[in-house]
Amino acid sequence: MNSTVSDQYRALADQAERARDRQKPGEKILIQIGSATCENAAGSVDVLDEFRKHIAASGREDIVLRRTGCTGRCSREPIVGILVPGKMPVKYERVDRPLVHEIFTRHILQGEPVLARILDGPLEKLSQHEILTCQSNRCGWEGAESLQTALARRLGDLGITPDQVRITAASCFGACGLNQLGTCSHMLVRPDKVLYRVYNEDDLDEILQEHVIHGHTVDRLKVVEKTVGRKFFEMYGDVAFFNRQSRIALRHNGIIDPESIDEYFHYRGFQALSTVLSKGDPQWVIDEVTKARLRGRGGGGYPTGQKWSMAAKAAEKTRYIICNADEGDPGAFMDRSMLESDPFNVVEGMIIGGYAIGANRGFFYIRAEYPMAIRRIDGAIRQCRERGLLGKNILGSGFDFDLEIRLGAGAFVCGEETALIHSIEGERGQPRIRPPYPTESGLWGKPTVINNVETFANITAIVNYGAGWFSRIGTAASGGTKVFALAGKILHTGLVEVPMGTTLREIVYEIGGGVAGGKQLKAVQTGGPAGGCIPAKWLDTPVDFDTLAKAGSIMGSGGMIVLDEDDCAVDIARFFMTFSQDESCGKCTPCREGTTRLLEILDRITQGTGTLADLEKLERLAKLIKKSSLCGLGRAAPNPVLSTLEHFRDEYIAHVTQQRCPAKKCVALVHYEISAEKCVGCTVCARNCPVTCITGARREAHIIDQVRCIKCGRCFEVCRFDAVQRL
Amino acid sequence: MTKLSINNVPVEVPEGSTILCAAKRAGIKIPTLCHVEGLQVIGACRVCVVEVEGARNLAGSCSMPVAEGMKVFTNTRRVREARRLVVELLLSEHNGECQTCDRNEDCELQALSAELGIREVRYGGERTRRRIDNSTPALIRDNGKCIKCRRCVSVCLETQHVGALFPQNRGFNTVIGPAFNLDLASVACVQCGQCAAICPVGAITERDEIDEVWTALDAPDKHVVVQTAPAIRAALGECFGCEPGTLVTGKMVAALRRLGFDAVFDTNFAADLTILEEGTELLTRLKKTLLDGEPAALPMFTSCSPGWIKFMEYFHPDMLPNLSSCKSPQQMFGAVAKTYYANKLGKRPEQIFVASVMPCTAKKFECQRPEMNASGVRDVDVVLTTRELGKMIRSAGIDFMGLPDEEMDAPLGLSTGAADIFANTGGVMEAALRTAHEIVTGRPLPMKNLHVEPVAGLAGVKEASLEIRGALPEWRFLEGAVLNVAVAHGLGNAQKVVAAVKSGAKQYHFVEVMTCPGGCIGGGGQPRFTTNAIRQARIAAIYREDEGKDLRKSHENPEIRQLYKEFLGQPLGEKSHHLLHTEYQTRARV
Repeated sequence: MNSTVSDQYRALADQAERARDRQKPGEKILIQIGSATCENAAGSVDVLDEFRKHIAASGREDIVLRRTGCTGRCSREPIVGILVPGKMPVKYERVDRPLVHEIFTRHILQGEPVLARILDGPLEKLSQHEILTCQSNRCGWEGAESLQTALARRLGDLGITPDQVRITAASCFGACGLNQLGTCSHMLVRPDKVLYRVYNEDDLDEILQEHVIHGHTVDRLKVVEKTVGRKFFEMYGDVAFFNRQSRIALRHNGIIDPESIDEYFHYRGFQALSTVLSKGDPQWVIDEVTKARLRGRGGGGYPTGQKWSMAAKAAEKTRYIICNADEGDPGAFMDRSMLESDPFNVVEGMIIGGYAIGANRGFFYIRAEYPMAIRRIDGAIRQCRERGLLGKNILGSGFDFDLEIRLGAGAFVCGEETALIHSIEGERGQPRIRPPYPTESGLWGKPTVINNVETFANITAIVNYGAGWFSRIGTAASGGTKVFALAGKILHTGLVEVPMGTTLREIVYEIGGGVAGGKQLKAVQTGGPAGGCIPAKWLDTPVDFDTLAKAGSIMGSGGMIVLDEDDCAVDIARFFMTFSQDESCGKCTPCREGTTRLLEILDRITQGTGTLADLEKLERLAKLIKKSSLCGLGRAAPNPVLSTLEHFRDEYIAHVTQQRCPAKKCVALVHYEISAEKCVGCTVCARNCPVTCITGARREAHIIDQVRCIKCGRCFEVCRFDAVQRL
Repeated sequence: MTKLSINNVPVEVPEGSTILCAAKRAGIKIPTLCHVEGLQVIGACRVCVVEVEGARNLAGSCSMPVAEGMKVFTNTRRVREARRLVVELLLSEHNGECQTCDRNEDCELQALSAELGIREVRYGGERTRRRIDNSTPALIRDNGKCIKCRRCVSVCLETQHVGALFPQNRGFNTVIGPAFNLDLASVACVQCGQCAAICPVGAITERDEIDEVWTALDAPDKHVVVQTAPAIRAALGECFGCEPGTLVTGKMVAALRRLGFDAVFDTNFAADLTILEEGTELLTRLKKTLLDGEPAALPMFTSCSPGWIKFMEYFHPDMLPNLSSCKSPQQMFGAVAKTYYANKLGKRPEQIFVASVMPCTAKKFECQRPEMNASGVRDVDVVLTTRELGKMIRSAGIDFMGLPDEEMDAPLGLSTGAADIFANTGGVMEAALRTAHEIVTGRPLPMKNLHVEPVAGLAGVKEASLEIRGALPEWRFLEGAVLNVAVAHGLGNAQKVVAAVKSGAKQYHFVEVMTCPGGCIGGGGQPRFTTNAIRQARIAAIYREDEGKDLRKSHENPEIRQLYKEFLGQPLGEKSHHLLHTEYQTRARV
């Protein structure tokens, strides 16, 4: 152990803590306002401004405004959290200036939360206490029934109403030490933020009696260790969308101020770096990461430890480490969220990676479309340099390391590692043949490790909480969690971080709240444009690199789009093929020509001019592209076609043999008619038709002129009597 | 060594070899449309895919290194289907027009489709948008025919260090061409034509000027003479099915006569003339610096190769004084033909039409440089490549292989062996040393068979040092001097030499540069497809031609002596200066 390193770290952490303490955060009312690209786009800048005005007008000095990153709930933003000491934290969704006024006057000044605008649905009443119980199968206690059931029963026995205590099922708190595995369960009591270990029913009773009824903490059962994700649960535990997640990579998102290194120190920031540098053994880091079974989160799923080990063993001593932040999958934004909301964590992960492989220079390759991420990472790098956490002789360890930012110009293929290297070198961003792999000959011909943002974001957690703990979350093949960008026809969209091995069903129904509008779930598309559609019947597929591949899809960078009965399989395949075709770099024949030909055939099919022979052509060509393309982009591009052909072939056949789109999605294959029986002659459709092709007198049935109709569907949307039919 | 099996045949190859190499060694042909020996693996066409036992996907054999115990199959159903489909895809975008294409029957894509038995292109749709770039005098690019194999990109950047061609745009919209979709004339293209020589299809070709020659031959008032560069005779036979390295000098002369040229002359004559001018120029520069102590532009670079000249004008304008001021042999010939020879016939320069047959596309550019009008009119009217001459002979219905051997016409058809070796890398240097040494010492070059071995062969940059012993009184200042020379071929290698000279790492007196790998025998206008084995065969033929001649030193050429006596006076004299020397201009890159 190197005492210089830990002494220097301690001094820095103390300095940060003192700076933070001066603001006395514990005694003040905290208003948290999301600040990320998505938040700002939704209007959080206005919200911040409005709160600032209100605070100034009120003359109160015990109210603090704080910017946090985002929690990945773009559709509900701007999100504002109000933390009144001793009270339950409350989050509001879609906050605007009028709502700020309401929140300020009612909640902050009068202590009455605006229940109608709480995140993910209005509440009748806020309970005084909330108890979150662990649902992880690693937790177990002496009781015969589950902790949650026992708790509900005991509360009933004691006559405690849900108004007083609400029970919420939560995911792993990360408090299960190896020695206690399966012997105890955990529960978090809010708003007091006390996490308890519960071994048996007596423990449960004691907690209810002492803590809930009398307000005394039961120190005997209190978990004193800092556990991963706990802060997140303390803050967001009341929201169903969050409390079934296991936030590791995202553990600070929406909690800390992403622009303050002091704040990051407070959340165990740079402790992992200090641990690593004071041990002074790069191989130890690689061993830990290997033991943790961390696999590349960019989609490839290559074991990170193995990749690091290959670079570390290279004869060449000049080595580089690169963070791939060229997030390009449509709909995926976890990398952006991490860079914008917890930049120091990614930077720390990279420094540790650099140390492990013996690199002295690292690069962030960030797409230029992420200006805020670039600014935050740049700020983080600058603050790290100021504190001696980057540069020469970091923490007195003798290790030199510095980071630079390089911008990507928006080509999807630059997320491919060899294309990315070309781009940094100033060359055209196109892949080259591997081998040699970058770990052998990468940037400027030197051994280079390229990892995704999410991979680096997990490193500090592995060091701080242990490889054993990390590997136990997840499956036998891959440790830890994966972040998904849940989108599509689902009630709650946003970033979801779950242990590897969680089933699609859990994600869709327990976190996402199921399909919106009571429609039938059709499939889940995972892995972005290179992924495939997993049909509803396979919803119990656990998500992991290998299981998804077996189901004909991929993990990819974690896109997850829920499709319902109104989505057409051919149209989905066409949508993704449009993307891949457009983003093909154009180097190898199968991808350049093949994706174009695939798209042309899909166009024909959705236009109703395809033939049965086209299906055969589609399949043959898709398989060729898969097995003979130069890089991963090409090899994966046909997946949406192949998987929909496999699971929804009947839909393809309906398109080509009957010129019919079963989901009624393909514009060329549907038409609109007005039912004379149902039409009341309200004229709404006629007034909304952009090409005025609907005629009919008031109070008489209307008619659509099929020749002039452009099938925009506007009449279908506006009719309140179900008279307009899509056929 | 690594042991593997290909189609169950055991093969042993050096470690790190690719499957493609190993297959070649085992006598198994794997087709490819993008691979070129000596260049970095491109891996774009995917025609060379093979099956490797245990691998999920097919492997690109051009890039996949062999491994111990690997089992490779090159002819499975999966492989055959994949190859056919890849070629079908290429055909689906390719604006072929085979019957009217310059590459009809000389096209790798056409040949491969035939080989794979493709009878139907099952995938149709959008084709590559056509854009013809005919901005330069030498090269025509047709994007509609391009299959984006990127050979031209590699050869232009890696071999030639020019980098005029790059992929532009992405995906299906990818086009290969100069940056910002500019035309070739607007960028720093030296028009060496290596791209045209390496293109598997008809996307880049030389500008076809056969018709201009026919028109001249048909004009009754024109006296049409033809000159053939030294490299033609060792390659023209390939257009008629001869093995590379077959010398066809006599048949070539006979064919040219039958095409109707009024006189069949030889660029070799002008090569001998070049040696006298250039050799004298070198000695003058040496004298200036060694004897007079004045600064002289050394090293002196040769100036025969027009691509190299343009390269210097674009990339190293500060070094232009170091280029010999001698025109290339082609342009010397044109100037002499339209003055000295025209005088002899009693004709005016404009009545003479000079056609050149060159292994080179850059010569098409060179002949239209505005300063190349020493005779008062354009000195060389039309340049044909070796390939164009082959086509012209065929279109005239001449049975080339059945022709008798004939001799060149006098006076501009006589040459020495020193002129022949202008065709290959190291040849100009050797020819110059044969003459310079004899001028300085009065004795022949003291080397076996007059060959300067260290500068022969296909190494990229070659060096030699020659100590001068027994200098004649007039050249006493050179006694004991060590003359350092270097030879580079391929502009990438030339770039290395220039960089070494600029940095002071190397001090040479005389440097020979030829634009194309192997020298003119590997020129951009030669029959396709030139490999190192073919280069070597052609070089060997050229040395045979040299060694078969009685006169092997330029200054021994009696017609050259006569030319000086009757017309020019002396090397570097006033008339020479006007007719045989030129100057260069700085050219702006984009």
